[in-house]
Amino acid sequence: MGNLLEIKNLSIEYVTDERTNKAVNNLNLKIREGETLGFVGETGAGKTTTALGIMRLVPSPPGRIVSGEIIFEGENLLEKTEKEMREIRGNKISMIFQDPMTSLNPIMTVGEQIEEVIKLHEDLPKDELRKRAEAMLETVGIRKERFDDYPHEFSGGMKQRVVIAMGLACNPKLIIADEPTTALDVTIQAQVLELMKELKVKFNTSMLLITHDLGVVAETCDYVAIMYAGSVLEYGNVERIYNNPLHPYTVGLFNSIPSLDEDKDKLDVIPGTPPDPANLPTGCKFHPRCSKCMEICKQKMPEPIEVEEGHYVSCFLYDKDVKEGR
Amino acid sequence: MERVLIDVRDLKKYFNTKQGTLHAVDGLNFQVLKGETLGLVGESGCGKSTTGRAILRLHEPTSGEVIYDGEDILKYNNKKMKEMRRKMQIVFQDPYSSLNPRLSVFELIADPLYVNKGVVPKNQIEEKVKYTMELVGLEKRLINSYPHELDGGRRQRVGIARALVLNPEFIVLDEPVSALDVSIQSQILNLLDELQEKLSLTYIFVAHDLSVVKHISDRIAVMYLGNIVELTDYKKIFEDPLHPYTQALLSAIPIPKVGIKRERIMLEGDVPSPINPGPGCVFYGRCRNRKDMCKEVKPEFEEKKPGHFVACHIV
Amino acid sequence: MAEANAIAKGKKENKSNSQLMGVWIRLKKNRLAIFGLVILILLILMAIFADILAPYGYDEQNLQNTFQTPNLEHPFGTDEFGRDILSRIIYGSRISLQVGIIAVGIAVIIGGFLGAVAGYFSGKVDNIIMRCMDVLLSIPQMLLAISIVAALGNSLANLMIAVGVSSIPQYARIVRASVISIKNQEFVESAKATGSNDLRIIFKHVIPNCLAPVIVQATLGIGLAILTAAGLSFIGLGIKPPTPEWGAMLSGGRMYIRDYPHLTLFPGIAIVVTIFAFNVLGDGLRDALDPKLKQ
Repeated sequence: MGNLLEIKNLSIEYVTDERTNKAVNNLNLKIREGETLGFVGETGAGKTTTALGIMRLVPSPPGRIVSGEIIFEGENLLEKTEKEMREIRGNKISMIFQDPMTSLNPIMTVGEQIEEVIKLHEDLPKDELRKRAEAMLETVGIRKERFDDYPHEFSGGMKQRVVIAMGLACNPKLIIADEPTTALDVTIQAQVLELMKELKVKFNTSMLLITHDLGVVAETCDYVAIMYAGSVLEYGNVERIYNNPLHPYTVGLFNSIPSLDEDKDKLDVIPGTPPDPANLPTGCKFHPRCSKCMEICKQKMPEPIEVEEGHYVSCFLYDKDVKEGR
Repeated sequence: MERVLIDVRDLKKYFNTKQGTLHAVDGLNFQVLKGETLGLVGESGCGKSTTGRAILRLHEPTSGEVIYDGEDILKYNNKKMKEMRRKMQIVFQDPYSSLNPRLSVFELIADPLYVNKGVVPKNQIEEKVKYTMELVGLEKRLINSYPHELDGGRRQRVGIARALVLNPEFIVLDEPVSALDVSIQSQILNLLDELQEKLSLTYIFVAHDLSVVKHISDRIAVMYLGNIVELTDYKKIFEDPLHPYTQALLSAIPIPKVGIKRERIMLEGDVPSPINPGPGCVFYGRCRNRKDMCKEVKPEFEEKKPGHFVACHIV
Repeated sequence: MAEANAIAKGKKENKSNSQLMGVWIRLKKNRLAIFGLVILILLILMAIFADILAPYGYDEQNLQNTFQTPNLEHPFGTDEFGRDILSRIIYGSRISLQVGIIAVGIAVIIGGFLGAVAGYFSGKVDNIIMRCMDVLLSIPQMLLAISIVAALGNSLANLMIAVGVSSIPQYARIVRASVISIKNQEFVESAKATGSNDLRIIFKHVIPNCLAPVIVQATLGIGLAILTAAGLSFIGLGIKPPTPEWGAMLSGGRMYIRDYPHLTLFPGIAIVVTIFAFNVLGDGLRDALDPKLKQ
């Protein structure tokens, strides 16, 4: 079973007269069929830019894909024409955005919006089109009688379900969900996450779930990639990473979240702030904030090392050559 | 026996809208003890932010009493209220919109001192500003910077400095870390903890994130549609939640640990509208334990176990 | 989305202290706007140093030299009284700029204040003020200006008042809209929480943050005011001869347009160039200030 999506050495920049933001730097990622990959990172880490890069929706100017390959179903998306990409978007790869308030067109009924997605990729007679759209609504738990309602008549959680329905309408191979539940209340988030889990099983769709919430990842994802300043620092199976986080940043993240079952007096803190994408540090991008920083960390960028099966870390602490004094 | 600093009695805040009366805060009764952190949790529309602001009279309450140190501040005139404001301050959620973009860090922190003459003599204002900056961990070199030059965490520190500069006793923290990155959140939470100890502050900490609230609060109040449904100390609320909403809320939180099997209590439907609510319990529509009387009669907010208040007929 | 904000945020963090610097840098890139700015600076210099620059007085009549076409002695020719048109144009810049700036000044200060009060206090106050503005707006600006000058009498001062008053509603509206969107921002609440009274909040916190749209409108407005003044003098209101106001010069040369078009041509060009300069500068300022408006 090959990889559905494989990203190799992807680098994306935003260039303006005043500065160049290196949003994504030598990113490597892979997703298999039917797998959900959690993409974790803080603001500015480059997650949304990566997602837009896969969809070839990076606004250009000022964005620019500097290098790398995005291999989807064996073909490099970066080499496709705009026409070919349009056939893929919404059809083979769908995207769900964060804010349901603004991702729905306020002057179209929800039914019409789902129909539109289907119409773009399939030639169906009118009544069949409507039936398909109604079926999608039911799939996400909305009564089909609401086909002719407008977005403002729905609550935040319901709107997000409509957005998910649009994303699944053409049965894509891959869904990219960019913080799909961040704007929702906790109890509504729980409903939507349950829905997403059910649909994942039903449709066997792969999903790239972008989030900053480690709890959401634990619940819904099979694999997780921890992103920082445009690169993946740690990648692996969720169980392994949660039980045995290796990269100092990952460890710091886990330690700085207040937990529900432990009683900690002070939270462990990652000192400093995330770096400015226009002025990234040399070597390992995390080194200025790392308590375990070594000389080599300041000079060279660590390569991913497979520490246990399927668990990769980009950190010199785990580099045998460095440990042995090289 | 701790002293009661604020005694809130039957606090109500209603808004008039075209569709009817919005019951944002619908008759709250609770106390804030001196030196404690009272967490106020709930989802959007529950009235937690409005409660914080109503206590400070940033929203004028529709009715009720807010008894601060023995006196009902809702009865104060403008002059007395201005003096009172020195003792009660607020830190806002959004570090991007809570600072005037035209003022420098110095001006932002000094502004309350100019408005409240007498707290610090004019020639000592600069000293006080620098001292406060140090207190909140802001580098001295930032004193002439503008908000747009600072990141979210630093801006929030400026907001906290503004709240501290008048030497208050009581601070409403309105979701102070919700808009910050996870790695910055912990820095600010630790800072708030330190400051509370150093300066003997009393906090109301409003938030929607239960794990954050648990970390910093002594007691926690859970709100739903303008009412407090449960109030107890931070341990008990997690070990022994009595109200069905609290139970559902706790079970809905995604936990950052693998391999935990939980029984998820799924609430059906959406949060109902706080406009023209019905006579009975506000949670009636989504409660899985409901009985007929819950629809007609609003439950009293009572002490069902020592130090543990609940508003529910079933419990 | 949050990321784009972070990137934008990152962009701003490295700017120099003042936001003004940023605006200037962006404005510099707009060649047309800078062109307009240069023209305006020349105009201002011309107005200030008119006495030195003008070869003749603006009311120096020479009845033996009437209607001369442009030549070496009189680069713009002479008018029906033998006065040097170039000198009159140069002195005319003083009048135009005065009228423009003072008229807009009146409108911005009064209109701005009314708009701020209406926006900040809402309710009845807002209603009363804005309905008054609506009344003013319902009268075409030109007609309003005409009636004011007709009522107050012909003079430069009254011209400025007329143009100024007729522009008040625009600024009231702009400022009111800005104030409404700003007063709901948390930093205004924060000022209340630290004890500021309403007046202080309006002047220290709200108004300084409303300036951007007002600046743009005022720049465009000066051009418009000059045009309105020219229109009024064209029909004989406001200016007493021999004041060299460009519109009056247009009017005076109207009768001779077939035989001696240069009498109207040069003041016409002066008006066009000035309005053009103000317009492109105003547009450029709007673009330069815009990203700040979003933030």
